[in-house]
Amino acid sequence: MMSFELNENQEMIAQMIRDFGAKEITPYRNEWDEKQFFPLELFKKLGELGLMGVLVPTEYGGSGFGYLEYVTAIVELSKLDPGVGLSMAAHNSLCTGHIMMFGSEEQKQKYLPKLATCEMLGAWGLTEPNTGSDAGNMRTVAIKDGDHYVINGAKNFITHGVSGDVAVVIARTGEVGDSHGMTAFVIEKGTAGFRGGRKEDKLGMRCSETAEMIFEDCRVHESQVLGEVGEGFIQSMKILDGGRISIAALSLGIAEGALDASLAYSKERQQFNQPINRFQGIAFKLADMATETEAARLLTFKAADLKNRGVKVTLASAKAKYYASEVAVRNANEAVQIFGGYGFTKDYPVEKYYRDAKLCTIGEGTSEIQKLVISREVLK
Amino acid sequence: MKILVCITHVPDTTSKIQFTDNNTKFDKTGVQFIIGPYDDYALARAVELRDQTGGELTVLNVGEAETEPTLRKALAIGADKAIRVNAFPKDAYFVALQIAHYAKEGAYDLILMGRESIDFNGGMVHGMVGELLGMPSISPVMKLDIEGQSAKMAREIEGGKEYIEVDLPFIAGCQEPIAEWKIPNMRGIMSARTKPLDVVETISDETFSQVNAFQLPPAKGAVQLIDKDNVEELVRLLKNEAKIL
Repeated sequence: MMSFELNENQEMIAQMIRDFGAKEITPYRNEWDEKQFFPLELFKKLGELGLMGVLVPTEYGGSGFGYLEYVTAIVELSKLDPGVGLSMAAHNSLCTGHIMMFGSEEQKQKYLPKLATCEMLGAWGLTEPNTGSDAGNMRTVAIKDGDHYVINGAKNFITHGVSGDVAVVIARTGEVGDSHGMTAFVIEKGTAGFRGGRKEDKLGMRCSETAEMIFEDCRVHESQVLGEVGEGFIQSMKILDGGRISIAALSLGIAEGALDASLAYSKERQQFNQPINRFQGIAFKLADMATETEAARLLTFKAADLKNRGVKVTLASAKAKYYASEVAVRNANEAVQIFGGYGFTKDYPVEKYYRDAKLCTIGEGTSEIQKLVISREVLK
Repeated sequence: MKILVCITHVPDTTSKIQFTDNNTKFDKTGVQFIIGPYDDYALARAVELRDQTGGELTVLNVGEAETEPTLRKALAIGADKAIRVNAFPKDAYFVALQIAHYAKEGAYDLILMGRESIDFNGGMVHGMVGELLGMPSISPVMKLDIEGQSAKMAREIEGGKEYIEVDLPFIAGCQEPIAEWKIPNMRGIMSARTKPLDVVETISDETFSQVNAFQLPPAKGAVQLIDKDNVEELVRLLKNEAKIL
């Protein structure tokens, strides 16, 4: 029988994050947001809890859980602070996920134990200033020189672009326009010619670091190539298939957080001598929010379940990411409306959800790209 | 050192309390259950002591199958094994009888539990277990250190603290700040699935008491705010409406 309830492990993980977050996240989130401070120490603590290597097998020092537990962890973290959820998800599914899926045994032994505990923070570089959705047209090049590659170019909008200790970077090793002309490299901080660039000043997700990565004659040994030369772009598309489940989970956390806050406020806030949820104008908003949140949850956990079973998730993860991210934006918008004037202030969390949610319809494939992916799949 | 921690499976502190069956049974609908907060302190200190001195830490609960997630949480926090005595905990004596039996069988050096549960708040079980086993039982213990075969403790008393030294084995009812609550990590949650959780039967069904009915306290009335300068009105309301003057 199919179960729609959280299993016991998921319940325990959710409770663990709520208990941890009440002490380590909630008291500080407004300050991090205001100062756009990236709380590296927090991520070290998440590493101690095993949340920075949720999917990494135990033999590599990870927690060894599957996608259901992973999604639960992101949802709960994102309810507390979506920026924390975003950084945790990017570390787990992009950098760590890429090494886990395509790295050699030696590369896995070298990096996964340190990534799983957050002794090393991970970054992942695909996007460039002029190539977002059109990532295959990237300009960062890696030219073979003996047993090294020399990398030149820049990546932007990279989560942990400055603070990351290790980055998976996709660079062109073949012709422009050839989807088999790009290669993934794993590059450590401190490698000559590799540095973090400008940190973005963002609308939301402000505690999650987003920055440029710059490569100037950066020499990388061929042992740092992940998988086959020329397969970096194809690998990235597979990583993003899984990554989209993370962003769906992040979106679901925001949608649930905005709904929970709205339900609580609508019971407390009195106007015309009654709680505002007695007015249909508010009650119907709550009904829509609850229904759409549930639908987003089902799509997200369906994608997670398929991923666990090793089934191709391109369609399921695109649907989940597209729908959940749009619901996150709608719920956050309605939450601000339900809170009225207070929703427009920083005294309540919905103003932050409103700003944070918008990233979800953009990052790791915009809603428009998701619709392209979905339409191509359903038209096959 | 062999440590036994007895834990309760109680409603979350924010639960809405309601009763069913003509006010004779607690209504569990929609209620989330947790490890009793005082038991959680006992467990946290026990994990620290086990890590310092080595040995084995067992958690025990007297409860039906629904309490197993609570026991597995204790395993995730750091206990090595769990025992569930398969019975509804009818009253304090009934629970103490079961604990005393299995504690004696396991020959534990240290038996810890919360100073009281937070559902019925009897605070009697640790004392009864001490009596049944013929061991010292001390509560509420807010500090506990083990040195060889004896323990040094601080106990909260009216208006101050009492410092006690006692030889092992003994029983302690614990409270804050004996240790900080521990949050399980992912590895703990994963390993909890493979640690032993034994289900054992009751040793006796004897009880001292039975609950006939529960009654909720009256609902809180509305708050009336009075201007700070209007003392006369305050006195009038306290006299005529609250009728406490």
